[in-house]
Amino acid sequence: MYGNDHSSDAPLNAAEAGGVDEAMAHVDRRDSVDSGDEQERFDALLAADQRIEPRDWMPDDYRKTLVRQIAQHAHSEIIGMQPEGNWITRAPSLRRKAILMAKSQDEAGHGLYLYSAAETLGTSRGEMLDLLHAGKQKYSSIFNYPTLTWADVGAIGWLVDGAAIMNQVPLCRCSYGPYARAMIRVCKEESFHQRQGFEILWNLARGTDAQREMAQDAANRWWWPSLMMFGPPDTGEAAQGTHTELSMAWGIKRFSNDDLRQKFVDMTVPQAQKLGLDLPDDDLAWDDERGHWNFGEIDWDEFWQVVKGDGPCNAQRLEHRRTAHSEGAWVREAANAYAAKQSQRAESAA
Amino acid sequence: MNAGEWPLWEVFVRGKRGLNHTHAGSLHAPDATMALRNARDVYTRRGEGVSIWVVPASSITASSPDERDSFFDPAADKVYRHPTFYDVPEDVEYL
Repeated sequence: MYGNDHSSDAPLNAAEAGGVDEAMAHVDRRDSVDSGDEQERFDALLAADQRIEPRDWMPDDYRKTLVRQIAQHAHSEIIGMQPEGNWITRAPSLRRKAILMAKSQDEAGHGLYLYSAAETLGTSRGEMLDLLHAGKQKYSSIFNYPTLTWADVGAIGWLVDGAAIMNQVPLCRCSYGPYARAMIRVCKEESFHQRQGFEILWNLARGTDAQREMAQDAANRWWWPSLMMFGPPDTGEAAQGTHTELSMAWGIKRFSNDDLRQKFVDMTVPQAQKLGLDLPDDDLAWDDERGHWNFGEIDWDEFWQVVKGDGPCNAQRLEHRRTAHSEGAWVREAANAYAAKQSQRAESAA
Repeated sequence: MNAGEWPLWEVFVRGKRGLNHTHAGSLHAPDATMALRNARDVYTRRGEGVSIWVVPASSITASSPDERDSFFDPAADKVYRHPTFYDVPEDVEYL
């Protein structure tokens, strides 16, 4: 899962990777686009809707933007395990528990794919984790909201993963090859996440009054934060001074935040109707002329407050992550010790 | 390896931009640079690739065919990892 609401932070160190560049360049030059000038060659690749690969020359800002975005995406995956992890021990059946564990396991895996993709740009996983733990790289703000009831697990799958998929599918065509390929894998695996969430709510909505109320309460609390996941407005006048224009020119972003948000609303309203749940927006109405659902004003003050650290769970999420990392130190040490012993044994056997 | 025999290299070719490198085959060569040039001549004579990786075959650790069943067994009984496992109404779009 993943949102698009990340604020931009200080750029990262992103050094070029070394290696057998000379020999590789010889091979790489046999390509459909040929140009002497690096920038021209880069632009031509983008214009031809070709992928940029790790050994290609790329502008520093392109590299920095990608490192920041992929790192934040990776962080979102692993922080995103926390709100749901909260319910693994209390899932209402063995079936639900197994599903929730499988889903959390997927999020961990998605984080790893993404850290690896970012590493092709010259940063390291350790460096990214340090920046996350220091609060210098962000993760999606949606995970700073609490999971108060079991129905929240359903709402996260349905709304949060639904919004994430809306964001992620276009990223499968992102101009940076390793990121695009990681996203293809993520999207394929994530297809069950949204359905399991919908299924939870589908069952609750047809259950007892108390269950139905619980489902409605979850929808009430998760609807607006899910819309915020697409990030601040970036079309019309709001396009001024955002990263959207540049990210689009670079082929990193394919649709504006506002377009994706509208698509999400259009997709989700009929699903809510099917569930028999109300979405907490009095302005929600079908617009015949536009052919879209109109929706009310998003509380951007709340959004910025959560982005800047004052959400309900910001401190808790980060603290939990730091603790998990430091308490896991012995596992990393033990694995290293085991590897060292194995290689010693192999040496002495040889 | 017999004395004087060149080491074996595994060759991975990227068919075109945007695709993963995939395993194409292997070859012998005295060092990485020559392996790369040889790989170009052996595996991409008809423009099959835009990028090549060569990896010393001795550096590859592979899963054992004997352990195939037990090694991959943990994934076999987790049908809930597939979207078709879930019971949702069929007429809901985009789910």
